[in-house]
Amino acid sequence: MGPGGGIVRNQSLQESGVMSSTFETVAGIISETADIPREQITPESHAIEDLGIDSLAFLDIAFAIDKAFGIKLPLEQWTQEVNEGKAPAEEYFVLKNLVARIDALVASKQA
Amino acid sequence: MRLEYFEMIDRVVSLDRDAKRIEATSTVPQESPVFEGHFPGHPLVPGVLLTETMAQASGYLVLGLMGFTHMPFLMAVDKARFRTFVGPGAVLTVQAQLEHEGSGYAVTKAKILAEGKPICDAELRFRIMPFPEGMDGQMRAQAKRIGLIREAADA
Repeated sequence: MGPGGGIVRNQSLQESGVMSSTFETVAGIISETADIPREQITPESHAIEDLGIDSLAFLDIAFAIDKAFGIKLPLEQWTQEVNEGKAPAEEYFVLKNLVARIDALVASKQA
Repeated sequence: MRLEYFEMIDRVVSLDRDAKRIEATSTVPQESPVFEGHFPGHPLVPGVLLTETMAQASGYLVLGLMGFTHMPFLMAVDKARFRTFVGPGAVLTVQAQLEHEGSGYAVTKAKILAEGKPICDAELRFRIMPFPEGMDGQMRAQAKRIGLIREAADA
């Protein structure tokens, strides 16, 4: 993953303000909770495969996300779907997908 | 309180389902092998056992609120503070409050008081999992021993 690619992706993210601000919050949480340099975290990062976050650390991150956004990430449901082969893990663990799900949960809470 | 058997809670005083809070009481024994080492001639309840006491009160709170469907396992201890010493014979009030119920995990804030004075406090996190084979019955028996099941039925 070259630095050029990261810049292009960040620019495209900034076109959608909500996505960008959610991503910034999530990236900040991951950086702080899992002690990963912020610049290593991109929307394309896979939380487990690229960032090496283990299940305990992921629960730390989930708690921080729940608190920050006032939501309840349905981790048990996601885990079940991945284990049963109904959804690929990338659907939840690639950060741009995670961010989209957070935005959807926040939107459904406000609706 | 039987330190060697990790029976840290003597009795549940109240389980408030609406407030998601539990209060329990426990008396530190006059004698225990633990005190022979911690410390010789100066018996003090170790901080890890005070943490375990807060975790057990929190665990019984989660068990009671969930109706014994799942088992909480301690997975994180945050912001633990031990404010004063606890010795043999101390009568402890143990309080735990459910702060957040996540998907597959729960967060509590717990504290211990003696004679109204704060002893220790911490934020604890538990992984909530299906009961391992046979543990369900054991936890119910423990909960009955300390009066939690009666409390849960009354509430």
